[in-house]
Amino acid sequence: MSLDTTTLLAIVAMALVTYVTRIAGLFVADRLVLTGRAKAAFDAIPPAVLVAVIAPTALTTGWAEASAATITAVAAFRLPLLGTVAVGVIAVVVLRNLI
Amino acid sequence: MDQSSPFATNYRREIKAGLRDIAPIVVAAVPISLLFGAVAAAKGLTPLEVTVMSALVFAGGAQFAAIETWIHPAPILTLAFATLLINARHVLMGASLSPKVQMSRVQKFLSFFFLTDEAWALSERRALDRPVTGAYWAVMGVVLWANWTAFSCVGAILGSFLGDPERIGADFAFTALFIGLVAGFGRSRVTLVTVAVSAGVAALVHHFIGAPWHVASGALAGIAAAYLAAPEEARS
Repeated sequence: MSLDTTTLLAIVAMALVTYVTRIAGLFVADRLVLTGRAKAAFDAIPPAVLVAVIAPTALTTGWAEASAATITAVAAFRLPLLGTVAVGVIAVVVLRNLI
Repeated sequence: MDQSSPFATNYRREIKAGLRDIAPIVVAAVPISLLFGAVAAAKGLTPLEVTVMSALVFAGGAQFAAIETWIHPAPILTLAFATLLINARHVLMGASLSPKVQMSRVQKFLSFFFLTDEAWALSERRALDRPVTGAYWAVMGVVLWANWTAFSCVGAILGSFLGDPERIGADFAFTALFIGLVAGFGRSRVTLVTVAVSAGVAALVHHFIGAPWHVASGALAGIAAAYLAAPEEARS
């Protein structure tokens, strides 16, 4: 096993950038007192972020993925998290073989 | 009868709650971690390099994106910038969660190293009806970190032995996991508008401009949509 110097530097750079993004929110949070629409916008951060990350895979990869994402979304309101993941994975495998 | 103090009982209960909530995510993350290790190894990274990256960076989305575009020698600035774009969401996430967790400032600075979409989404959901303790937050972070680091190492060592990840649907586990987490935020009108706008904008930006811009643009569009969809205040 070896550790290339440039690779290690790239990894450290990625790690530092990531840690800064993780703690940067701590500096702004203390100054926020939100009501009304601003609060609604702030409360929307979790779903907005999560959806943006997966949207390309879920919507524009192909019909199999888009259909599987729809099935997963329906399952998500009825099943616990692990069941939802299982339904999604099984759906995508079946649909990829059919479509 | 339980002989321990109320504080210790509470502490144990919080750890138990954290472990219970994170368990399904840990299981779902195993194939994703193996997949990451195998893909990284295929790109020429050694198992040691893969393990170091997972241990230090600990951000699945950014690591997958980096490996997608990995060349030798590694383009340090390009990788750092892509990582910044993908992980910029952490700033919003940290700002949102910070006032809801019961921790000192130092504890926050240390434990927010373990900030991930998954542990954060679970904590935000828990914060809807009760305070989030440091024990709950930290146990989820550490377990996920150990799981991600260990199984990406295993994935790098096993490499090609795992077979085609698409055939077994492992590549979709991440997407399905996120859909499940989003569902936890309910079906209010504002949430549905947020999800629809964020998904639409992110998909369009990804298609016409490309990764990693879709994350920030989709998230900001969804947040703006929530602002507009929410009822106006009587007096602002």
